[in-house]
Amino acid sequence: MKLSTEPTKLVTRNGLIRGGVFIALLAALPGIFPQHWLWNLMFFTILYATMAVSWNYIGGFGGYPSLGHAAFFGIGAYTEALFFKTDHVLHSGYEPFFMLPVIGLICALLAIPIGMVAMRTRADVFAIVTITLLFVTQTLAFNLRNLTGGAQGAAVVQPKFDVKFFELPFYYTAAIMLLFAFALSYYYSKSKIGLSLTAIRADEDKAKGVGVRTLQVKVIAFSTSVAFTGMAGATWAFYIGFIYPQFAVDPLITITMVLMTFLGGRATLWGPVLGAVILMPAQQLLAYYVGGSQLYLLAYAAIFLITILLLPRGILPTVTNKRRLKALALKSVAAKASDPLAEGQSA
Amino acid sequence: MHVLIQGLIMGVLTGGVYALMASGQTLIFGVMKVVNLAQGAFVIASAYLTFSLFTQFGIDPFVSILITTPLMFGIGMLAHWVFLRPLRKEDAVELSILVTFALALLVEGLLSVTYRTTYRSINNTYSNKAFLLGDGFSIPYVRLYGFFISIALLLVLYFVLQKTKFGRAIRATVQNPQSATLLGVDSTRVKAYGFGLGIATSAASGSIFGLLYPFNSGSHYDLISRLLSVVILGGLGSIGGAVFAGILIGVVSSVAAVVWSPTWSEMTFFIVLLLVLLFRPQGMFGRLERGAA
Repeated sequence: MKLSTEPTKLVTRNGLIRGGVFIALLAALPGIFPQHWLWNLMFFTILYATMAVSWNYIGGFGGYPSLGHAAFFGIGAYTEALFFKTDHVLHSGYEPFFMLPVIGLICALLAIPIGMVAMRTRADVFAIVTITLLFVTQTLAFNLRNLTGGAQGAAVVQPKFDVKFFELPFYYTAAIMLLFAFALSYYYSKSKIGLSLTAIRADEDKAKGVGVRTLQVKVIAFSTSVAFTGMAGATWAFYIGFIYPQFAVDPLITITMVLMTFLGGRATLWGPVLGAVILMPAQQLLAYYVGGSQLYLLAYAAIFLITILLLPRGILPTVTNKRRLKALALKSVAAKASDPLAEGQSA
Repeated sequence: MHVLIQGLIMGVLTGGVYALMASGQTLIFGVMKVVNLAQGAFVIASAYLTFSLFTQFGIDPFVSILITTPLMFGIGMLAHWVFLRPLRKEDAVELSILVTFALALLVEGLLSVTYRTTYRSINNTYSNKAFLLGDGFSIPYVRLYGFFISIALLLVLYFVLQKTKFGRAIRATVQNPQSATLLGVDSTRVKAYGFGLGIATSAASGSIFGLLYPFNSGSHYDLISRLLSVVILGGLGSIGGAVFAGILIGVVSSVAAVVWSPTWSEMTFFIVLLLVLLFRPQGMFGRLERGAA
């Protein structure tokens, strides 16, 4: 993503083509690979891609690494579970999906006061505050037994979808969420908000000095970011059907989102999606081979450390940078070839 | 009233251990501006180490501190050299948080593969014994010893920082890294030693923690959220603040457990944290960072 100070056009021809191909691909994927286990994998990949894309608003563009997004994942999941208890009568089975925007709104509104408090600090303390938020939420989920069922867990009513196509409504819901999250990411990258966030990330004091409304922009980014995370949590709860505090509010969820964003390339448009597409199948494969043992934690930590140490900017920026350097090198070679003087010097 | 005073005593004794853990974390922040999310994981690792030394070789948990401390110091230096030193300067603060988080996962993963995830506790001959004080306040020996050892180690830390050349170098780096470098302090070495020293405090506190509570590889999550609250309350980078805040929070949560309910007592950590952020974001003894409002 390039941010220039000149006004950029929001809609370009290339952008439209890329977006169209992306939408077509999302729509056609389940048809191309009609297997249940693949549909399941696709659902999780797209769901996590949504979360990674939205984490990128505040963690990537803004440079405020939130480690507490899993709290909102859990809040979304438990809100869904509260609205649709097992005695709830579903007619079409799609009602819980229509609830998602409301849940997103709840999370976004909840994030405003939290953001106002947490954003009083800088990136490092912000990380601390958000990670504590995660543990507060987990403690609450364990202890507010009347609401959440505590350690016994909470059940969500199950839809009577045709077993043959059970995963598809979930997949398409996740895909629609991803498109919205992506569109917002695109909008941020082209608008004043994105510029402000980049300025904050580079030097917050200077940004404030030149008139960027830092607090407002940070809270907007944080609030929209957790809205999508909450909706993803709600979709997950509906899909899984039974949620426990330790899985609904899990530090690993945060880590996965962050890792995807870092692997693909933070503060880029496609990086988080790329990260999700690489990491989620890898994770499922790993879970399949090493099963219940705790080796997956080691694998996660290893991937994370290697990514940060060897690819600190992520795959996408590294690749584009290499390509640009290569193009530059080619250009200079071509220039030399056409320049008889340079030819003579090298001979 | 009796229960309240009992809670107060237990709170001070437990708070001393938190103070030791938190002093290491705040030292690391002071020297390197790194929020070490792996501190809890290293505490748990030390607790497991103590557990193994006790069950395999019969070494008393308090004696094993002499073995675990230099070991953790070495591990800390190694972790700094491999994971933190290579970070690029411009986004080191942001990345170091994630690196230490990953480090915590790595330690948790290693521990859960080696020791499985069942809860362990260290039961030696005196771990369940207590003596009565005055009006029938029972004081468990392990808590008392743990408290005194923590305080003794904090004094050692204080001595190292105040009286030795190395301590002066560390304090100079905390106050002003650039001037310290200009005056001939080798900042890379100071950072490595500072990180090692910070991790080393987790060795002793881990041994004591293992005696006081049952633990498994996932326990570091509870621990780190408490430690972070302590460190922020005390003011990031202030060791005296961490000690004071550790004891204060120990008392508050212990009294809350008696008066209110044990399940909710851990919320006191977070309530304290929230209040601090609302009214005094730099903590009790911290300095306001440039421009942070």
